[in-house]
Amino acid sequence: MIGMVATSVMRKASDLAQQQRWIVGGVIVVVGLLCVWFFGFQAPADAVSKYRFSGGGDPIQLPTLELPTATTNLILSLLLIAFGIYHLVRGLKNSAVLFGVVAFLLLAIFLTWSIRGASLNMTGLLESTLIRSIPFLLGALSGIMCERSGIINIAIEGMMLTAAFVSVIVGAFTDNLWLGLAAGVVSGALIAGVHAVFSIRFKVDQIISGTVINIFAVGMTNFLNLRWLTVNQELNDSGTFAKVPIPILSQIPVLGTILFNQIVLVYVALLLMFFVNFLLFQTRWGLRTRAVGEHPKAADTLGVDVFKIRYINVIFAGMLAALGGAFLTLGSVGRFDKLMTNGRGFIALAAMIFGNWNPFGAFGASLLFGFMDSLQLKLQILTSVIPSEFLLMAPYLATMVVLAGVVGRVRPPAAEGVPYEKQ
Amino acid sequence: MPPILELRGITKRFPGVLANDHIDLTLNQGEIHALLGENGAGKTTLMNVLYGLYHPDEGEIMVRDKPIRITSPRDAIAQGIGMVHQHFMLIPVFTVTENVMLGDESITNGVVLDRKKVAGEIRELSTKYGLEVNPTLYIKDISVGIQQRVEIIKLLYRKADILILDEPTAVLTPQEADDLFQVLRNLKARGNSIIFITHKLREVLALADRITVLRLGKVVGSTEPKNTNSAELARMMVGRSVILSVDKEAAKPKDVVLNVQNLVVRDERHSIAINDVSFQVRAGEVLGIAGVQGNGQTELAQALTGLRHVESGRVTVLGHETTHATPRQLFELDVAHVPEDRQQDGLVMSFPVEDNLVLNEYYRPPFAKGIVLNFDEIEKAAAERVREFDVRTPSIFVKTANLSGGNQQKVIVAREFTGPIKLLIASQPTRGLDVGSIEYIHKRIVEKRDAGAAVLLVSNELDEIMSLSDRIAVMYKGQIIDTVNAAETTKEALGLLMAGVHGDGKTPALQPQTPEQKAETHHQ
Amino acid sequence: MAEATASSISKPVKTPAPRASAWRDILNTLTIPVLAIFTALIVSGFIIAFTAPTVLTLLPNFWEHPFQLIGAMWDTVITAYAALLQGAFGDWGAILAGFQEWIATGDATDLFRALRDPFESLVAATPYIFTGLAVAVGFKGGLFNIGVEGQLFAGAIASAWVGFNIEGLPWFIHLPLALLAGLLAGAVWAGIAGVLKATRGVNEVINTIMLNYIMFLFTDWLLSESGPMRGSAGAPRTPEIYPSAYLPRVLPDPVRFHWGFFLAVGAVFFVYWFLWKTTVGFEIRTVGASPTAAKYAGIAVGRIFVLTMGLSGSLAGLAGANELLGLNHYMVAAFSPGYGFDAIALALLGKSNPFGVLASALLFGALRNGATRMQSLASVPVDIISVMQALIIAFIAAPEIVRWIYRLRVPTQKEQEVFARGWGG
Repeated sequence: MIGMVATSVMRKASDLAQQQRWIVGGVIVVVGLLCVWFFGFQAPADAVSKYRFSGGGDPIQLPTLELPTATTNLILSLLLIAFGIYHLVRGLKNSAVLFGVVAFLLLAIFLTWSIRGASLNMTGLLESTLIRSIPFLLGALSGIMCERSGIINIAIEGMMLTAAFVSVIVGAFTDNLWLGLAAGVVSGALIAGVHAVFSIRFKVDQIISGTVINIFAVGMTNFLNLRWLTVNQELNDSGTFAKVPIPILSQIPVLGTILFNQIVLVYVALLLMFFVNFLLFQTRWGLRTRAVGEHPKAADTLGVDVFKIRYINVIFAGMLAALGGAFLTLGSVGRFDKLMTNGRGFIALAAMIFGNWNPFGAFGASLLFGFMDSLQLKLQILTSVIPSEFLLMAPYLATMVVLAGVVGRVRPPAAEGVPYEKQ
Repeated sequence: MPPILELRGITKRFPGVLANDHIDLTLNQGEIHALLGENGAGKTTLMNVLYGLYHPDEGEIMVRDKPIRITSPRDAIAQGIGMVHQHFMLIPVFTVTENVMLGDESITNGVVLDRKKVAGEIRELSTKYGLEVNPTLYIKDISVGIQQRVEIIKLLYRKADILILDEPTAVLTPQEADDLFQVLRNLKARGNSIIFITHKLREVLALADRITVLRLGKVVGSTEPKNTNSAELARMMVGRSVILSVDKEAAKPKDVVLNVQNLVVRDERHSIAINDVSFQVRAGEVLGIAGVQGNGQTELAQALTGLRHVESGRVTVLGHETTHATPRQLFELDVAHVPEDRQQDGLVMSFPVEDNLVLNEYYRPPFAKGIVLNFDEIEKAAAERVREFDVRTPSIFVKTANLSGGNQQKVIVAREFTGPIKLLIASQPTRGLDVGSIEYIHKRIVEKRDAGAAVLLVSNELDEIMSLSDRIAVMYKGQIIDTVNAAETTKEALGLLMAGVHGDGKTPALQPQTPEQKAETHHQ
Repeated sequence: MAEATASSISKPVKTPAPRASAWRDILNTLTIPVLAIFTALIVSGFIIAFTAPTVLTLLPNFWEHPFQLIGAMWDTVITAYAALLQGAFGDWGAILAGFQEWIATGDATDLFRALRDPFESLVAATPYIFTGLAVAVGFKGGLFNIGVEGQLFAGAIASAWVGFNIEGLPWFIHLPLALLAGLLAGAVWAGIAGVLKATRGVNEVINTIMLNYIMFLFTDWLLSESGPMRGSAGAPRTPEIYPSAYLPRVLPDPVRFHWGFFLAVGAVFFVYWFLWKTTVGFEIRTVGASPTAAKYAGIAVGRIFVLTMGLSGSLAGLAGANELLGLNHYMVAAFSPGYGFDAIALALLGKSNPFGVLASALLFGALRNGATRMQSLASVPVDIISVMQALIIAFIAAPEIVRWIYRLRVPTQKEQEVFARGWGG
């Protein structure tokens, strides 16, 4: 009797999960059907979408992928429908896989349709995706280090902006990019130190502290930009890091160009991703960091110094964000422009959430957002159904959707935002 | 042999409170020393001083005959002192291994955490002391009883030989408590010294070698179990003889007020907290809900007061369908509710007393006309309620946070007991209060019963349940295992029921979770 | 103690606090904000001085001519702040002269020209009042609305649309309609975050940040070449609204002071009345102080979240409508200099009290307006105001710093509100 009640209730719980599965699966199927109709049947019958992989000067020339637009999209759409049905019937446990596959298929369909009758340099698109995702990745890593120890970081934007400014001006003044980079990183550490002191020592609401830093960074860089850089143009010309191809590996077609022929900062960022992941999940420091972010009192009763862990993590986070900021100047344009981070710090925040506070997840999200970013630039040239502004909205919309738990669920560290009070 | 631990003249002041007043305490090698006292006597404060969480204003601590300074838990751990806190210090999303090793991690290859090695050590400790746990499970997936084992293993892993346990039985059935006592005796036999904090007399007499009683921050006296008895200890604890029973006449139950049929409710983690529960409460009687904490009592009270979603089943109040009623609708049906957590749920601590006195009623005449509040009426009613319920406050405009715990509870009682209430649902109405406030609130509850209200009393204190209730329903793992007549039952019989043992002697599986619940957890 | 309290209870008359202690209370509440502003001005002064080119060139010679450097710093700061003050409060000599001329000749041109500056401070304060109230209402309801800027854009867009799309209405219909459109657009945009919090438990901070950027991009699209609201002109802006939707000016040209200011002051009184004198306001404040206790007391917490966000957003939307209908008369992409973000400082400075917000807004309006003059006269970039605001928030949020600087004692009663939550909240 009891058992019966229990199972009937259990069925109810799985009903709920199933309901959500049906909704998501159903939506995928419907979207797939729309794709069949719009991107498949509506595409001109004889149109061909060409994906190019090799540039003119490459030693190894890869063949261009020429796909009949309509047929390709029909196949891709059917795949999407099949995938939706699979999720509907069997249910997919891993929401990252679910999201990844759907995003990939949709983007492929959309892209193939957009370049009907034209050709697209795929290697270039992917390379710019990676480069554009680097500031997101570094910002997200900054957020992860900070928030895993229990301190909310909405000041990524301000830290990036400050470091972008400082690194240019010091780089130009000393005529040494590395000194500029170092100065930028130090500025990030300093500003993060302020966030740490406010959040930890003075127990200020961490969102307010972050807002202070963002407002300060915008005000200060605008102020100094007008006061110094507009009158002293030579101070705003640092030059940029040169690409450092990695021997042999950079010769690999496509992959070599994308991954192994970049400036040092790109390699550093990717290595940092592995480093942060290792640090958090395999080392003493990481265990203590996560403990402090989940239940600081428990850590304290075991002799872990909560304040020290938080201070160091926040300051390290500032340095990571600063690298992202310096990347925008020293790594790409070599000059500072007013408000040049342009919301990237908040996209990084979104990537962090999207990646569920995990470095690899955040990198996945950064790549996705970076792809959107580069795609909208390409599509401005091609004819597109979707205005570029809407593509740029994708990171923000995606974050809201994920947070609402429509697809997958994310869980922030439990003690986040709560100042630790020692008696 | 000198004592292994000695506290001399420990004094700790908080703003407005002298929590510890020159306390002396000695702990000998290989003894179990019970620290007895009622809520707020200063037991936990004293132990937090010893563990380095508080810094004493005066006094010194000697460990192994050497004076030492303990300024942080790290110092305490270094001295071999370990503490199991009343609220467990475990990280739910970490595994048992990670929780145990935190702060004292094993490392291989210079930097990498050696989880395997620690898991092995845990298994060793498990077998040695009879503390069975699986080191690879996550804390959030194991029961409270097992979590307590993890807490003890944490101390043993750090080679602590002075163990402090703060109210460790609060979450256990009497039988589970006996198991714990066996573990503690085992530890004692291996040379460990234990301080055991409690306010339960039974445990003290069953377990301790020596007893020190605290009252209002002072040591009242020290004794040994063989030289004392419950009545004497109770007198020492409270400072006067305690009438444990409440003066009341036999109930005269009338019509059914609250009717609960096949209720099913889930907790935060979506596992079943209330499993097919049915009962009735009649006008003019008190139904007590007894049980070890965490067997669904909290969720039951929340479900009946509209604070928790009801999965299935039916609830009616005086014939009105209230299964999915909101708190507001229930209030309109004259249902009163004294919530379990008064500071969190019962009061807005930053509001003045007057606002809290009308917190449930502000929206209707005479306190509001349309959407405009009528402050004259609010102040008049607040002053009246303060007077009638003897709330000690300088004025009705004082911030509620500034009142004492007992007076805060009186504010809630004053608000909820005003008016013609038909049903009263009281959850832990006296938790953490001093004896004077407890007696006052008990008297008021009986008054309401005699005035014809149906009362549902949920409490973890068996004494309270037994002295107030006319009938007692015992909850075990989300079900009512039995309902007994209060006048005809004994504490022992209730204790067995609370452990899930029926009168017919059938013992339920001693697993932390039923297979159904296990399946639930895995399903998540 | 017990006896004393018992006797005071028996007289439930609202006893007015003794006058002296009331003054002390006011003084106590004002100490930190005033010192915070003062300290921010000092620190900003140093920033202005140390970044000045004249000062920087003297820096290497500091040891030879220390006073030359200090003198240069002093000059820089005094020039800058004098310009700031004059910009903020006007040139009183010119006003007086203009007044005399008006009396003498009946020609008020110079008078109004002189009055432009001080009234411009009120014009600048107007959006601050609205946005500051928006953030304050959120705080009172326990919500952190960082999306005021986006809601302001939404309000401006909506009122612009009503303003230029509907022709031929009399002003007393067209203007309220345009205002209402702005109000509703702001409310809806903020309401999204409220609904998501109420139904899915999502933290409003992240969602309002995300909604900001979505709205900025949406605005970009509306005003882009293929966008639906692009005006005929070559620039990314909407068509001009019809004059029937203008918020009328109070004084003749060149004084831009318009009726929006009075609307804003009205909003201050309305918010005060609504929050402290009505049942709904009581519910908002209860939810803000303790959502669990509110739920227990029978308040529909989710509904209050949505309502609070809606109210907050409607005030933000009004800020946008006010700027559009009162000053710009058309929508551009760079519509606001960050009123919505400055509003956080305002609400904190005003301790989330509507009248406190009003006072802070007047101050910030004066600063913002004065800074424009400072930029043109002393070539100190106007952005120093943002720095100042950041410093003010920092000092208000961490009063220990101010107390430490000025060796103040910690107030005996724990008066500061604890305001700290996680993403979960």
